[in-house]
Amino acid sequence: MKAWLTLHWMAFLGTVAKLAVTPFATLLNVLVIGVALALPAGAYTLLVNLQQAVRNVSSDPEFSAFLALDVKKDEVADLDRRLRALPGVARVEFRSREAALAEFRQHPSMGDVIAALDKNPLPDAFIVRLTDTNAEDLDRLAEKVRGWANVEHVQVDSAWVRRVAAAVGLGRVAVLILAGLLSVALLAVTFNTIRLQILTQREEIAVSKLLGATNGTIRRPFYYFGALLGVLGGGAALGIVYGAFYLLNHSVAQFAALYASDFRLGALPPEDMASILGFAAALGLAGAWLSVSQHLREFEPR
Amino acid sequence: MIEFSAVTKRYPGGYEALKSVNLTIADGDLLFITGHSGAGKSTLLKLLPVIERATSGSVIVNGQNVSAMRPAAIPYLRRNIGQIFQDQKLLYDRSVFDNVMLPLSVTGVPFKDGAKRARAALDKVGLLTREKANPIALSGGEQQRLAIARAIVNRPSIIIADEPTSNLDADYAAEIIDLFVAFHQVGVTLVIATHDESAVSRAAARATVRSVQLRSGELVA
Repeated sequence: MKAWLTLHWMAFLGTVAKLAVTPFATLLNVLVIGVALALPAGAYTLLVNLQQAVRNVSSDPEFSAFLALDVKKDEVADLDRRLRALPGVARVEFRSREAALAEFRQHPSMGDVIAALDKNPLPDAFIVRLTDTNAEDLDRLAEKVRGWANVEHVQVDSAWVRRVAAAVGLGRVAVLILAGLLSVALLAVTFNTIRLQILTQREEIAVSKLLGATNGTIRRPFYYFGALLGVLGGGAALGIVYGAFYLLNHSVAQFAALYASDFRLGALPPEDMASILGFAAALGLAGAWLSVSQHLREFEPR
Repeated sequence: MIEFSAVTKRYPGGYEALKSVNLTIADGDLLFITGHSGAGKSTLLKLLPVIERATSGSVIVNGQNVSAMRPAAIPYLRRNIGQIFQDQKLLYDRSVFDNVMLPLSVTGVPFKDGAKRARAALDKVGLLTREKANPIALSGGEQQRLAIARAIVNRPSIIIADEPTSNLDADYAAEIIDLFVAFHQVGVTLVIATHDESAVSRAAARATVRSVQLRSGELVA
């Protein structure tokens, strides 16, 4: 047990020393892995942000019906009754033009604009919510109401939310494909790096085997090397993503301000960061395993 | 105890390096295997730590048929056999001390204990003052003594040496033989392949030695 721990500790120290002895080569390797991982990691982080932004916006199955400006009180009551009589309607909410105007006045950037107007430009409106979330029912009902008299305009608010959600789903698949392809590249990078190491250490490996080193002892430092390279590369990827988002956030803030939003690109949750590091370590380990298995066969007795 | 029974080694291509060799080596023997180069001496030695496997016949080391040993068990066999190679196989990218440490570090001996044993081995071959040197800076005789220090640092019960005195001046060769005699006197089994008759006679003058001769893969005496 003690010998086993000693072997592990020495393999780890040896690996760190090996990485430190060739800092430039190590840096390049880490950067290659970092850049390759930064693409899917960055895209994933962007998706997580987008998803969060979309979640804050209601995607309830509802539409708004804006009425003509000259509509009479009894016509409004009539519309209210007809809307409630529609199949699948859960709730009908009336928002008068006075209430809408009052709400606009509250808004800091709109107050001045509203004050400059001599009459209320806003129409009365109904907000109609359906019982189920079926998009086709929603569109069909909205279309029907659109044809009614005194109804000026019907807007299905949730339509663009659904489109964004669909786009996020698509983006998720794209990120997975990207991650898969770049994982193969990462595997190739560690495979080749370790192949080179085995070649430069051929003599040491051969002599160690002659002196009674087990295959495990020979393999161990390479496994550590691959895993460590992966972790460092994963860390570099997270750093690249963080740096890029930091630079982007200035523009994002300006852009979001145009929509009166304080939306910012946020960092990944820690568990996602840990997954990325773990994934990178696993890839490095797999590359090392492939490489070592391929190249250590030649040292077996004949 | 080492026992070769009807051992034949045929290399790919059909060349027979050993032809039905029978040889028993008792514990504590100092055995010289003589013969011209190409007679099969190196092959015979390589069968013991399973660097090569016999094509037929059995090689028994301490009760185990090592020719049929599974690969995972071979490292543990090798730790009990001190090997001195014809080409020495020293590593020139590290110090004399680190070369002697290698058999210990690959078996997980903690550095402190290992360092003590490595220095003891270096002391035995008279290289303690050179532990920081690179092997390339050593003379031929010193390099051979370094190879011996590395072979004994695990305190093996068997030592095999392939042409340990070739390419050495007579004085250096004598030093090496005296070291082997000293190991023999503390009970280590030694199997030494050599074509150097003077080495055999120097050892014979100081201890009881056995000597067998190989000729074209066959044992003749």
